[in-house]
Parts: sequence; C-alpha cells; structure tokens
Amino acid sequence: MNESIHNRRKLISSMMTGLTAACAFFAIAILLMILGYIAVRGFSAINWEFLTDTPKPVGEGGGIGNAIIGSGLMTLLASLIGLPIGIGAGVYLAEFGDNWFGNTVRFLADTLIGVPSIIVGIFVYTLVVLPMTRQSGLAGAIALAIIMIPIVARTTEEMIRLVPKSMREGALALGAPQWRVTWNIVMPAAATGIATGAMLAIARISGETAPLLFTALNSRFYNYFYDQPMSSLTVQIYNFATGPFEVEHQMAWAATLVLVALILLINILVRFFTRKRF
Amino acid sequence: MKSKISISNLDFYYGKNQALFDVSVEIPEREVMAFIGPSGCGKSTFLRTLNRMNDTIPIARVKGEILIDGKDIYAPKTDVVALRRKVGMVFQKSNPFPKSIFENVAYGIRINRMHSSKADLEARIEKALKDSALWDEVKDRLNTSAFGLSGGQQQRLCIARALAVEPEVVLMDEPASALDPIATQKIEELVVELKKKYTIAIVTHNMQQAARVSDKTAFFMLGKLIEVNPTQIMFTSPEDKLTEDYITGRFG
Repeated sequence: MNESIHNRRKLISSMMTGLTAACAFFAIAILLMILGYIAVRGFSAINWEFLTDTPKPVGEGGGIGNAIIGSGLMTLLASLIGLPIGIGAGVYLAEFGDNWFGNTVRFLADTLIGVPSIIVGIFVYTLVVLPMTRQSGLAGAIALAIIMIPIVARTTEEMIRLVPKSMREGALALGAPQWRVTWNIVMPAAATGIATGAMLAIARISGETAPLLFTALNSRFYNYFYDQPMSSLTVQIYNFATGPFEVEHQMAWAATLVLVALILLINILVRFFTRKRF
Repeated sequence: MKSKISISNLDFYYGKNQALFDVSVEIPEREVMAFIGPSGCGKSTFLRTLNRMNDTIPIARVKGEILIDGKDIYAPKTDVVALRRKVGMVFQKSNPFPKSIFENVAYGIRINRMHSSKADLEARIEKALKDSALWDEVKDRLNTSAFGLSGGQQQRLCIARALAVEPEVVLMDEPASALDPIATQKIEELVVELKKKYTIAIVTHNMQQAARVSDKTAFFMLGKLIEVNPTQIMFTSPEDKLTEDYITGRFG
C-alpha cells in the first residue's frame, strides 16, 4: 500500500517536472526559431558595403551605415538622459517613496510604461519638433528617453527593495548617514539588478520604430549632428520592409540581423561589466 | 560601578501597540548586562532604543528618558549619526556588506574619517580584527569576499566592523543565536574580553549564555522589566516569582 502511494507520488512528480520543462523548451524554442530565421534570411545580404554605405535607389546596392550610426547616437543620448533620471527616481521611490508623492509617481510611471510608444512620438513632436521646425536626432533621443525613464525607475526600485534591511541597518549602526548607506551599500549591492533593468530598457528603445517616425524621421546621409533628421535601424527596416522589391526585403532582414546582433552585444558587455565580484 | 546608560520611565509604541511599559534601568560602565525573556517580550525593541535604530520604523514612538553619559539621546538636537558611532551594534543575523573582508572593517573608519593615512587605516583594521579574535583566520585573505567566511567568522567580522569605529557601548542582539556551539563559545569569550574596554548590553534567548557572560541580568516579560539583579543572584535566588518560573523553564 505504502509502496503504491510512493510510486504514484513519484509519477506525478516526474510528470509535472516534465511539463514545466516542456514549457521552458517551448518558450526558448520560439526565440531560437525567430533568431534562426532572421539569421538565415539576413546573413546572405550582409557584407562590408551593406554595413558602411548609405541607402541607395533600389538596384544600386547601398547599405545601412548611417542607420547604425544614427541608432547608436540616439540610443546613447537617450541613455544619457534617461538612465540617470530613471535610476535616480527609482532610488527615491525605494528609499524615500513611501508617501503620497511616491505613490503618485509610482502609479504614473506604471501608466507611462503602458502608453503606446507612438503617443510618446506625437508628444515629442509637439514639444520639440514643432518649435525647432524640423525633425531631429535630438527629438528622437528625447522620445526614446521618455520611454526609458519609467522602465528604469521601476526596475531600479524593485532591485533596491531586494537589498536586505539588515544590510542597511548594519551600515546605519556604524554611524553612516542615510545618503552614504544608499550610495555605498545599497546601490552597489543592487548594481547587477539595476544594470539588468537599464539593459532591458536600452534593448527596448533600440527596437522602437513608432516614436522615431515623427521625431527623428530618417536621413539618407551620414549625420552626426543632433539638430538634423537622423536615420535609425528600425525606421530603415520599416522602409525596406514596406518597399515593393524583393531586394529591399532582403535588406530589411539583413538590417534586422544587425539590430539583433547589436542588442546582444550590449547585453554581453553590460553583463561583463556588472558581474558579481563579491 | 558608575552607570553608562540610565533609562527612566521608558515607554515604546509601534503605532497603537505599546511594546515597552515604564522601563527604568541603569546599565553600568564596562560591564556586561544581559537581557533575557521570552520571545516578543520587547528585549530587542529595548536594545534598539539605545542607538535609536527604531528611528528607521516610521510608526515607532518613544516616551521617557535615556541618558548616555548624562546626555539625553532623544533630545531634539541629538546627532543620531554621532550617537550610533558611539553606540555600536551587532545584529542577530550576521550582515556583512557585499565587499571584501578589509573593506567591511574599513567602511566605518572611512565614513567617519578616522584614519590619518593608509598605514593608519591598515593598523586600525588589524587591531579591530585582533580584538574580535578573527585576525589569525583572515589575515592572508583580507581582499576576498566577506561572504566566503563561515557563519561564526561573519559574525566576528561584524563585531570587528563595529569595534573599528571605537564605540563606547556595544549592543548585541542575540549575536550567537544562529551559530554552532564552537562559534558561540568564541563569541562568548570575546564578550567577556571586550568588557575591559566597552560597555556591553547583550540580548539573548540562551539563559546559560547570560549566566556565563554577564555581570548583571535583566528579565523582561510582555514589555515590562520584571527584575534586574547581579547575574549570580538572578540565577540562584531570583526575587520575583516570574523570573524564577522563567529561568527554571516553567514557561517561555
């Protein structure tokens, strides 16, 4: 009797383990299929000219060099604006935000995370593009920063809250003022998590198209100045993909592969620089 | 014996719940005073009023008076940061920082700007680690992570960290409750050694431990201080019936 209950339990246990393993496999399999498909479709069109040249009329080759630079410049500026504000806001929410102001900020940040990104684009269009009377890399970067801030703020808050209270008390008990506890104990302890949140936000904005359509527009030339319209990989992919010719579709796949590879590279770099040392 | 800390008519509230009732007690200088009592009796809460650690709890409220060296630590102009430097604390669960052994001890010295040079910093760290009887075990791996130490070593590291800022009082909140008997013994020997230089208040669940390390013992129950006496008297002929019931194991 005991034996049979034991066997039954073992059977259910292995069934459930198998079921969750199957779900895990399914989740990763879809991702691998997408990546594999992009790689297969895109790889053949990638060559040096494609990576360095500017777009040309259909049939004359051309490439996405200016789009890579444009995406890089806008992501960089968006991160320079968005990460400090987002991380700062997250620190406030976690350490001092248990009041009506913190609750309001938290609610609005959650709302902003859910706002479709095209609305952010329209907002920045009225706020930046209209006064400047033209689309620009600056406007694009601001739109991306606005998308970043609430994501970074909320993940930073969550990560800082995970730092055990006992660690804070240990530092307070040594006569550390509150700001030093936050700065030298809590922040380093949460650094890996904060960096992961930052990375997710960077990956997210690297893939945004809609907010750039109104703000950065696009450019057929190399442009290193934030006051001019700027090309980006995502908008370029959109243009390629909506074009009528197979050559353009081919280039869209190749540009997608480049975009995914760059996001992967950012991921690996951030992981490397924020790995746990202690 | 001169008293280092005088507590009179201390009431403590968590919101509407009163946790301490009219506690008055003198903690003598350079002695070990043990605080015993059943779980939830308020002994940890009491200990945390002495370095104002309860300030971190928004709903906490204190009434009454606590004097350290004759100064009211709850006076409005008290510098809490300076108070906590003078009144160090060791917690129930060891809580090293995610840094190297060296940096753990250096932290308090650095934030209080106590060292004059790098050599002075190193000397202070060596002294603190020797005072906490950890030096011989860690001197060859000061730059490795504090999390690589055993539980008992981590707790002694936390004691070293507290001693490095040269406090006058050391509060210990069940410092050995999570440790094995050998590590516990080391901590206890250390406590007895430390009273030559420091005033020590130690909260413990373990009555044998209170008997072994302390000069005086205070017994708490349900937020009230029931009895304070020299440890020897407390454990041989307690005055109060409740104390006797508790230490003979009839409850708690």
